[in-house]
Amino acid sequence: MAGSNDALPVRTGFLGWLNKRLPVDQFMRDQLTGYFAPKNFNFWYYFGVLSLVALVLQLVTGIFLTMHYKVGETTAFDSVEYIMREVPYGWLLRYMHSTGASFFFIVVYLHMFRAFLYGSYKAPRELLWLFGMFVYLALMAEAFMGYVLPWGNMSFWGAQVIVNLFGTIPVIGPGLVEWIRGDYGIADATLNRFFSLHVSAVPLVLLLLVALHLVALRQNGSNNPDGIEIKEKKGSDGKPLDGIPFHPYYTVKDLVGIGVFLVAFAVVVFFVPTFGGLFLEGPNFEPANALSTPEHIAPVQYFTPFYAILRAVPDQQIGALLMALSIICFIVVPWLDRSPVKSTRYRPLRWKLALAVFAVSFVALGYLGLKPADGLYVLLARIFTALYFAFFVLMPLYTRGESTSRVPERLTFPNH
Amino acid sequence: MSDHSAPSVAEVDQDRRGFLIFATVATGAVGAAFAAVPFIASWSPSERARAAGAPVEVDVSKIEPGQMVTVTYRKKAMYIVHRTPEMIGSLAGHDGRLKDAASKDSEQPAYAANATRAVRPDFLVLEGTCTHLGCLPKPRFEKAMPELGADWPGGFFCPCHGSRFDLAGRVFEGSPASKNLRIPAYSFPNESTLVIGVDASTGVA
Repeated sequence: MAGSNDALPVRTGFLGWLNKRLPVDQFMRDQLTGYFAPKNFNFWYYFGVLSLVALVLQLVTGIFLTMHYKVGETTAFDSVEYIMREVPYGWLLRYMHSTGASFFFIVVYLHMFRAFLYGSYKAPRELLWLFGMFVYLALMAEAFMGYVLPWGNMSFWGAQVIVNLFGTIPVIGPGLVEWIRGDYGIADATLNRFFSLHVSAVPLVLLLLVALHLVALRQNGSNNPDGIEIKEKKGSDGKPLDGIPFHPYYTVKDLVGIGVFLVAFAVVVFFVPTFGGLFLEGPNFEPANALSTPEHIAPVQYFTPFYAILRAVPDQQIGALLMALSIICFIVVPWLDRSPVKSTRYRPLRWKLALAVFAVSFVALGYLGLKPADGLYVLLARIFTALYFAFFVLMPLYTRGESTSRVPERLTFPNH
Repeated sequence: MSDHSAPSVAEVDQDRRGFLIFATVATGAVGAAFAAVPFIASWSPSERARAAGAPVEVDVSKIEPGQMVTVTYRKKAMYIVHRTPEMIGSLAGHDGRLKDAASKDSEQPAYAANATRAVRPDFLVLEGTCTHLGCLPKPRFEKAMPELGADWPGGFFCPCHGSRFDLAGRVFEGSPASKNLRIPAYSFPNESTLVIGVDASTGVA
């Protein structure tokens, strides 16, 4: 097996010429063949690489959609219909892009849940978690602005609701909203700037943040389902005893996961691209109309948990504040969780219950965000909002002085 | 210093170097702040958008009693309701169920901060934008509509998040909206003409 201290291969000819000018072999050794990852990665460790696959998918389909899309309040809706009906394979490009957005969020949420399961946000990986959270915030902005571009009626009213959230900020709110819109309502100017941000500024920021996320990951290496540091147990050759080279072991494993992901992706793209109104909503097949609100405004599925929190509160300012806090809560998790043990495997029932309650609340809020805001739905949304915040706010209390079980010295993965 | 090697630490005037670093950073920061102005200002409504936001005139003599018409002013729907005497009468008697019955915390011109929230009680002029998150509240003028309860006095219902307002745009308790529907600046230059965007008192929007 190769290690990061192993000698580089001696190259002659073109490869020799190339490596003298560009550190190809050195990069391969340092980042792939000589980079040791814990040998006990399980199913949950697919979702990082799948996020990367989704990102590439969105970039490529997005570039090609931009070639046919015409921004502008009189042209945007028609150009999307044109893509769907007249551009060769335009329907496929668009369905891949819209389905890709939903899949992106699903894998990112599972990736985040993995971090909760195995304490991946704990020291020394707090910055890794922070960069990941910034990626998530940029992704939310990107998805929101992308949803406005088809200029359907749900695009329009979704933009109205979200932009007006900024109006609840005291003093500067109303002026800020007018500045964001560039007009007295959601208008051509708003659509144009969202297009610019969606296709250039936010993707650039996203790529930079993903790069930082990966550099921070490489600095300490991946966590693992046992939550112990493999670098602390090294063999006489200086290589971690419980580590295996990323390439070929994990590149091959990831290829299997990517294959399964692409199968699921293709099934949705070809058979249920709207996913019953969850991925593409019915009212968005009508052009934007400032004088007609859709009967029931619901955001796309990946924002519904936060939307349910917003609507659960009978006061708009507090509702918007809680919605913002519900996202910010994630950012401070590394400092809320006081347990010295990373992996849920070795943490007490108290933590397991708390995590289960949180996961159920998140999914339940996601469901309630799709439902009308009345009667039992509001009551349930309030209960789950309370549980959601209890998970974060009480975390320093129920994780302090946990009676953890003994964490093993070495990974508990059976050889096979 | 005859040769070209870097000076040793002892030779450096640290005070002078510190001042120069501070001055350079400060100049750069001020310059960056000024350079940011055109970029930030470019997001404000353009001259064209401002011109399109001019006041609108409505002939109210064509609105039947009990009827509502919608016009657009500054990209927003404006509701004009010709209230019948019964509709005006329906405003009394439910002050206890309103969040802001006297419109103290809500936005309206001073001349519409009265019991009927209007210059003329027979014409209600409202901004059709829910004060919660900007959806269009729908007219539900009949009393005691089944889905709104037996004590419903008639008013507006927002389908997005369930806010309810009476026939003066005042918000009911239990709604996510906290304020009454906004009332734009408006005036009646004569008996049959309504101008939205122009104050009676000052003559300007």
